[in-house]
Amino acid sequence: MSTILDPTDERVPVARQITPRPTAITGNVALLDISKPRGNVLLDQFELRLKERLPGVNFNRYSKPTFTKPAPDDLRQEIRQRNDFVIEALAD
Amino acid sequence: MLPIESQAPAFNLDTNQGESRSFPDGETVLICFIKEDCPTCKLVVPILEQLHLSGLPMLVLGQTKDGNKLLIEQFNLTMPILDDSSLKVSFAYDIDTVPTVVQTSTDGIISAELIGFVKTEWQNLLGQNLLPQNMDNTFDWDALPDWRPGCGSLSVDPLIADRLQAEAENSPLRARKIDIAPADDEFEFMFDQGFSDGLPLVPPSPERVLRMLAGTSRDSQEIVAILPPNLAEATVEKVAINAVMAGCKPEYFPVVLAALEAACTDEFNAHGVMSTTMGASPVMVVNGPIRNRIGMNATLGALGQGNRANATIGRAVRLALRNMGGAKPGGTERSTLGNPMKFTMCFAESEERSEWDPLHVERGFDPSDSVVTLFGMTSGPVLIVDQTSVGSEQLARSMAMSLQNVHHPKAYMASDTLLVVCPEHLDTLQRDGHMSKAELRRVIQASLAQPLKQLVQNDASGVGVAAATLDKMDEARQNKLVTKFPKDEDIHIVVAGSDAGKFSGAFHGWATGPIGTISVSRKIEE
Repeated sequence: MSTILDPTDERVPVARQITPRPTAITGNVALLDISKPRGNVLLDQFELRLKERLPGVNFNRYSKPTFTKPAPDDLRQEIRQRNDFVIEALAD
Repeated sequence: MLPIESQAPAFNLDTNQGESRSFPDGETVLICFIKEDCPTCKLVVPILEQLHLSGLPMLVLGQTKDGNKLLIEQFNLTMPILDDSSLKVSFAYDIDTVPTVVQTSTDGIISAELIGFVKTEWQNLLGQNLLPQNMDNTFDWDALPDWRPGCGSLSVDPLIADRLQAEAENSPLRARKIDIAPADDEFEFMFDQGFSDGLPLVPPSPERVLRMLAGTSRDSQEIVAILPPNLAEATVEKVAINAVMAGCKPEYFPVVLAALEAACTDEFNAHGVMSTTMGASPVMVVNGPIRNRIGMNATLGALGQGNRANATIGRAVRLALRNMGGAKPGGTERSTLGNPMKFTMCFAESEERSEWDPLHVERGFDPSDSVVTLFGMTSGPVLIVDQTSVGSEQLARSMAMSLQNVHHPKAYMASDTLLVVCPEHLDTLQRDGHMSKAELRRVIQASLAQPLKQLVQNDASGVGVAAATLDKMDEARQNKLVTKFPKDEDIHIVVAGSDAGKFSGAFHGWATGPIGTISVSRKIEE
């Protein structure tokens, strides 16, 4: 028998529970642009169409400083505190 | 050897008759380490047998199972020999030489040690209330030589000592051990576990990892960096494991550690570099004395295969990001095409060939410093094939024409580039006036600068400035010259390659600046 040492970080990811899915969209919806080209075009269309269908809902626009890095902590906190839903536009 | 008055380590071993013996046992006052193929051990074995027969509480440890058997047969011994063929007790007692005799109190405090055979020392030790009353009369000391040196203990055999260190209680190794069944092929096993970049790996056995750790003075459990995208804490030991798998020698290890530190800065942004669909990868340039000391290649074929240091340092960094950081294709690594640099891309600068300041000196380091610099690059080396330009200005402008294609001919202000100037091109650039790096950068930027309106999107290419955006600008703004690279300093220049061939190369960057990646240099601490 031969022995090797584990080259990974040996962490077992925590199994996270998904937040219960609401049956209706109410309250505040965050529209997050990750700052890739034309992500804003996609979000403009989402906002336009959703406002027609959901007149009682508030839409809040956010953008990441750069698509190449994870969203900063304070941005994530702000989105979480002020919104009930998030739509994230990826790219291109 | 353990110090006098220190506590002798406890142990439990079986005798040749299969009986278990422990120390301390409240009686034993002598522990003797021997091995069969040592002539000096054979010299003292009759003395040990006499001591045993006289009833002295003692334990004799033999270092090989077969050797113990031979000694018993050859000397017709009645004393048991404990089986220390695992050498763990010899290692724990830090035995360099056999025979070694350790005298202890009954509760295990070391009071004296004898190494090899010096007759007067043995007589003195045994005379201290240990020597049986009748032994002086029955044992022929005069037949023994005055002294004989001992032999090397098996526990310090270089092939065995690393394993013993790895298995010892104070081992610097803390990583999980994975046992591979005898029926399994260890190379196939590592492929199956997803540890590989697609090429075979060197099995990271505890012994090999221990030898890798000898390449640095840093503590094995020190955190080197937090590796994205999984934000894994990479200890020196874990990096060493990946360096072993990559095929590194221990003397390369400080370069690997410095490179990983550089990769995991916010400026370099390994998270983005490794995950982008553009397929970026770290390109590593090593400067300073360590290049030559560890045998890196900066000349013929420096950017290619064939040099172990170049190949394995880059691969080690890549494997660490994969195995600890989690940067695996199809997972967080989403490169559309990928590129061969994702296996490895590391080379040294040919500092001696150039009168230019080498890369690390340009970046503020001392020439005597050893430094690794990381660039996040998406392609390269793209050759600049120019065998006919004869003047510095002509060649510089010719190089610029090739650099027009970085990302796309109409992509401006988007990327940096790493220009690797070959020696023959360097000679041309310096033949008529010693063109400096700064001048070369200026010529390239001036040659490629275009009015903004020339970069408008059209039927031939959707890359460039949107017509609607351009239309909102006044004439002066539309005619404003735009440079290919955001700043002159975004043209990074190093010298490498063989003396024959007019073929420089350029690596094309990724998203340059705070939006994406900024090249990072780290001093290599040895």
